[in-house]
Amino acid sequence: MVEVKNLFKSFGDHVVLDDVSFNIEEGENFVVFGRSGTGKSVLLKCMVGLLEPDKGDIFINGKSVVHIPINEMNEVRKKMGFLFQGSALYDSMSVRENLEFPLIRNFNYSLSERDSMVKDVLEKVGLSKAIDKKPAELSGGMKKRVGLARTIITQPEFILYDEPTTGLDPITTKEISQLVVELQKDLNVTSIVVTHDLICAKIVADRAVVIKDGKICYEGEIKSLEAADDPFLKNFFSSELIESDGEM
Amino acid sequence: MLRNKENPVAFSRSLTNFFETISGLSAFSIKFFKDVFIPPYEFGEVKKHMDELGIKTMPIVTVTGFIIGLVIAMQSQPVMKRFGAESYLPGMVALSVVRELGPVITALIFAGRVSSGIGAELGSMRVTEQIDAMEVSAVNPYKYLVVTRILACTLILPILTLYVNFLAIMGGYLAVTLSEASSFQLYINAVFKSLEFSDLIPGILKTFIFGLIVGSVGAYKGYTAENGTVGVGKASTSSVVMASLLILLTDTVLVKISVWIWPG
Repeated sequence: MVEVKNLFKSFGDHVVLDDVSFNIEEGENFVVFGRSGTGKSVLLKCMVGLLEPDKGDIFINGKSVVHIPINEMNEVRKKMGFLFQGSALYDSMSVRENLEFPLIRNFNYSLSERDSMVKDVLEKVGLSKAIDKKPAELSGGMKKRVGLARTIITQPEFILYDEPTTGLDPITTKEISQLVVELQKDLNVTSIVVTHDLICAKIVADRAVVIKDGKICYEGEIKSLEAADDPFLKNFFSSELIESDGEM
Repeated sequence: MLRNKENPVAFSRSLTNFFETISGLSAFSIKFFKDVFIPPYEFGEVKKHMDELGIKTMPIVTVTGFIIGLVIAMQSQPVMKRFGAESYLPGMVALSVVRELGPVITALIFAGRVSSGIGAELGSMRVTEQIDAMEVSAVNPYKYLVVTRILACTLILPILTLYVNFLAIMGGYLAVTLSEASSFQLYINAVFKSLEFSDLIPGILKTFIFGLIVGSVGAYKGYTAENGTVGVGKASTSSVVMASLLILLTDTVLVKISVWIWPG
């Protein structure tokens, strides 16, 4: 379970997160929704300890992850997977080496165990043939899939997705979003998806929060979000739909 | 008028930036000494970087090393001849190369070739979130990316310097032979007669420090890069300038210390 409590974060005078609070239940697909630049990625980075919040607390399985020593944070990180917006695959390594990297450094698997784990996750994301390729040889969608494979190979309890469909065409967006749902079912993980993409949110979300100007302005199911009377939400959804229709 | 008013502000900003960089670099380098002794030890990565850096720098140091010796000997020969001191030429070439020119020139070439490469590589990893990805995987990116590179630079530069010293002495022999036929045996004997152990030690010891500077500056600039690709370019170029400057400044201090320890 994840609990975010009265979180504040600012950069200089610019307040990014302003008293953000929510809970995520175990096995839930939770979407953090909102316009670009509203602090969604900052929120995720606070959760994995890449950024320290100014105030407030974050609890992962009941343990606070704010201002804790790095070795304790690393123990928490071993239970988490993080898919970066740009996939963040290691350029100098092949797909196989990218996937093996966290296994070699954090676990004691044998060579054959690692090999079968790599093949297994690549099969899950439908990229078995790319095993010996370098990231530069992969398309945007393939990079996302490899990033996803690297995220799930350590069998995390939580997966954090930072804009998993940004820059992808609508068909690949649907494929990646469906993959997120399938992985959640297969592995029974808790997924936290940060996105501004309505297609992705609709496919993935069990529940969502909408962030506006650093504050949570809505929390609930995505369907009720669409039906809400709030002018900001109406405007947001109508522009998203126009954009999606245009792309299709 | 506006320029006059702005200049002191710009100057104080540059000065602040300079001191910020120096303090940041110092803290970054001190962290290296702390982390280098803490397991896990990435020996494989260190070896890989040493191979890469050695291969990357080998062609240019080969040419430079040989030319240094050749040019010193060609320039000095007529002067030495004028004073009837031609027989001291091999010793003079060897001493200048081993004590000063070999270490400093190799370090400057190494800085140009390697520091910028490390700055660009780590800078690009920083702006594409690869370093963050490593951190999120519970791997210490400083240890894996920085410590291994600084250590590789520190260990490979002395080896490259010995290689350059050897080539420069060979270059000197070529210059001597070009002007008049001379025995290689005699030349080498003259070289070793003039060289003492205390000549070799300070030159080699300081290359460890130069290697540390090249690795630290490149890694620091890359690791702290920001503002996308512009930041990567900046990290790459500024690391060469800074590493070269620090090598020359450090050399001035080290020469003074080595003369004090080994006065001969």
